[in-house]
Amino acid sequence: MTGNFFYFLTFLTLFAAIGVVVSKNPVYSVLFMILTFFALTGHYILLNAQFLAAVNFIVYMGAIMVLFLFVIMFLNMREDTEQHKPVLSKIAAAIAGGILFVVMIAALKDVNTQMMQPAVFDSQIGMVENLGKVLFRDYLLPFELASVLFLAAMAGAVMLGKREPGEQNRF
Amino acid sequence: MNDIPEVIRTIPLNYYLYFSTALFCIGIIGVLTRRNAIIIFMCIELMLNSVNLLLTAFSSYRSDPNGQIFVFFIMAVAAAEVAVGLAIIVMIYRNVRSTDINILNKLKW
Repeated sequence: MTGNFFYFLTFLTLFAAIGVVVSKNPVYSVLFMILTFFALTGHYILLNAQFLAAVNFIVYMGAIMVLFLFVIMFLNMREDTEQHKPVLSKIAAAIAGGILFVVMIAALKDVNTQMMQPAVFDSQIGMVENLGKVLFRDYLLPFELASVLFLAAMAGAVMLGKREPGEQNRF
Repeated sequence: MNDIPEVIRTIPLNYYLYFSTALFCIGIIGVLTRRNAIIIFMCIELMLNSVNLLLTAFSSYRSDPNGQIFVFFIMAVAAAEVAVGLAIIVMIYRNVRSTDINILNKLKW
């Protein structure tokens, strides 16, 4: 049952990811992206990482994707606005990506990942309580630095978005 | 309380490796084939998410919380990156009325 769910979510994720790449309309790309993130949230729940599932759901699907959708609708993009690359370079790009995939699979094929120890296994590590303890005990400094990063990003976004005096005002 | 989740018992960790690799390569193909800056940006998000999933899988299989903390920080940095990146794209659009990256090909040299 859970195995079937894993395969279903995997195929849904890959299908939606391919949809992001091949969609002509940017709005459809964003909607496929939201579907990808939804399936990844399901993966996190399957892996018993509840905190990350919630964060992925709220931050990625809620905030980041709405920001993307907002910008795309704000810029009024449609299918005819994007010029496409020549077919030859698309084929070359697909071959390059596919070869990277083959090389990675070949390199990872024989890797030994049997390192789970049932005796010391703790299924509760992905819960909010456990992760919160680790976050505020071992990773307090990076957590505080992340807030500084957010402040800098916010100031930078506001500054970049502001209209300069000498700028063309056609928009 | 300490029962092992069914996925960890039945699905080998290698499947997550293959799955994340496939997702990463789809992101790379997207970056290489598209010309719309926003789509390229979304493909970068796709690659970030494949790495996030793999980190979570390793962390869950080893029952080590540090990997999930890393994923949390990656998400925080990605949120900041998206805010700044979309502001840059909007600014480019305001100046050249397009988000086609070929207009900016002088940045290559």
